[in-house]
Amino acid sequence: MDFIDYYKALGIAKTATPDEIKKAYRKLARKYHPDVNPDDKEAERKFKEINEANEVLSNPENRAKYDKYGKDWKHGEEYERQQQQHRKSQGRSGQGQGFSGGGYSQSDFSDYFESMFGGGGSGYKQGGRSVKFKGQDLNAELHLNLRDVYKDFPQVLDVNGNKIRLTIAAGIENGQTIKIPGKGGQGVNGGPNGDLYIKIHLENTTEFHRMGNNLHKNVELDLYTAMLGGELVTDTFDGKVKLKIAPETQNGDKVRLKGKGFPVYKKKGEFGDLILTYSISLPKNLTEKERELFKELKNLR
Amino acid sequence: MEEQKLILVETVCTHYQLQFSFIEQLEEVGLISLVRENEVVFISEEKVSDLEKVLRLHEELNVNLEGIDIILNLLNKVGSLQSELDEAKKKLQWYSGEL
Repeated sequence: MDFIDYYKALGIAKTATPDEIKKAYRKLARKYHPDVNPDDKEAERKFKEINEANEVLSNPENRAKYDKYGKDWKHGEEYERQQQQHRKSQGRSGQGQGFSGGGYSQSDFSDYFESMFGGGGSGYKQGGRSVKFKGQDLNAELHLNLRDVYKDFPQVLDVNGNKIRLTIAAGIENGQTIKIPGKGGQGVNGGPNGDLYIKIHLENTTEFHRMGNNLHKNVELDLYTAMLGGELVTDTFDGKVKLKIAPETQNGDKVRLKGKGFPVYKKKGEFGDLILTYSISLPKNLTEKERELFKELKNLR
Repeated sequence: MEEQKLILVETVCTHYQLQFSFIEQLEEVGLISLVRENEVVFISEEKVSDLEKVLRLHEELNVNLEGIDIILNLLNKVGSLQSELDEAKKKLQWYSGEL
């Protein structure tokens, strides 16, 4: 738990007037408000920081206390006494005009704030209208392997103690978000429940590259099979396939195996293609005999 | 058509301490859509979070209704640019992995 410089957070001098504090806070709030910075964790952190700073600095009593003991909050009986006094005076509400933001609650103040000004900042409820009707939307992340989502993937999630059963449909994209209506926070006064948003992160440890519904893979081919043609067995995503190699196959040549790619999201039975790129490996450590034969080949050309 | 849950606008007004005329104003600027049946006005349950977002921008950041409309349009644009960028990054990763 570290000292937090609230003046720095708002970008103002220690001598700032209440009006300057308010102005600085409003300006930064417009910049970092969660509603204008969706999915931005850094903005959310900043927003909390400036809210906390404003909560302290806009209240003359708190500001004075912070100026006096802020840096040395860990030491000194003075501070202890202050704390006791604070406990007595708790319940008096602050005048800070706060922001509720998108699904952000003011109980998220730092430990520093809580140790300095009391638990949870509950005495300093925001002045703005924060009553919610619809329950809070919840965001969760789910990390899966690419293999998991080749088939429909049943999953039981524990969200704040509630077990939620869901099936991730095969073929879901990396970064895709699933909305589960009504599984967020409870509504207020008969308002609807919030929703649960689950963002899917896919990790790919396979030898396949996924591009949309298609899978790409490199296939190594020795020089002789490439030149003379032949057969080769290679892995598809869920099996094996025997390939006929045409004579004089070139490095970088591609073949497309229809329907051997990734399943198409929410279209049962439909698959993308598997695209194989041949990469020809040239022989190394030639024997004397081989060198001679290559010379012969060269002279034929 | 899919079934949608509706909430009386009156209920919403009571809860947020709003004037009915304000809700109508929001509709006029195109920030929310309302459903009318037999002269009773409803808002779809799905749209409540949109409404709450508009209210936050209006009350917490002092943005006027036209300004909110601009913000929401720009956010949409940012969203689609973001997904385009993600897509392009994915492709770039794939091509540079090839070399």
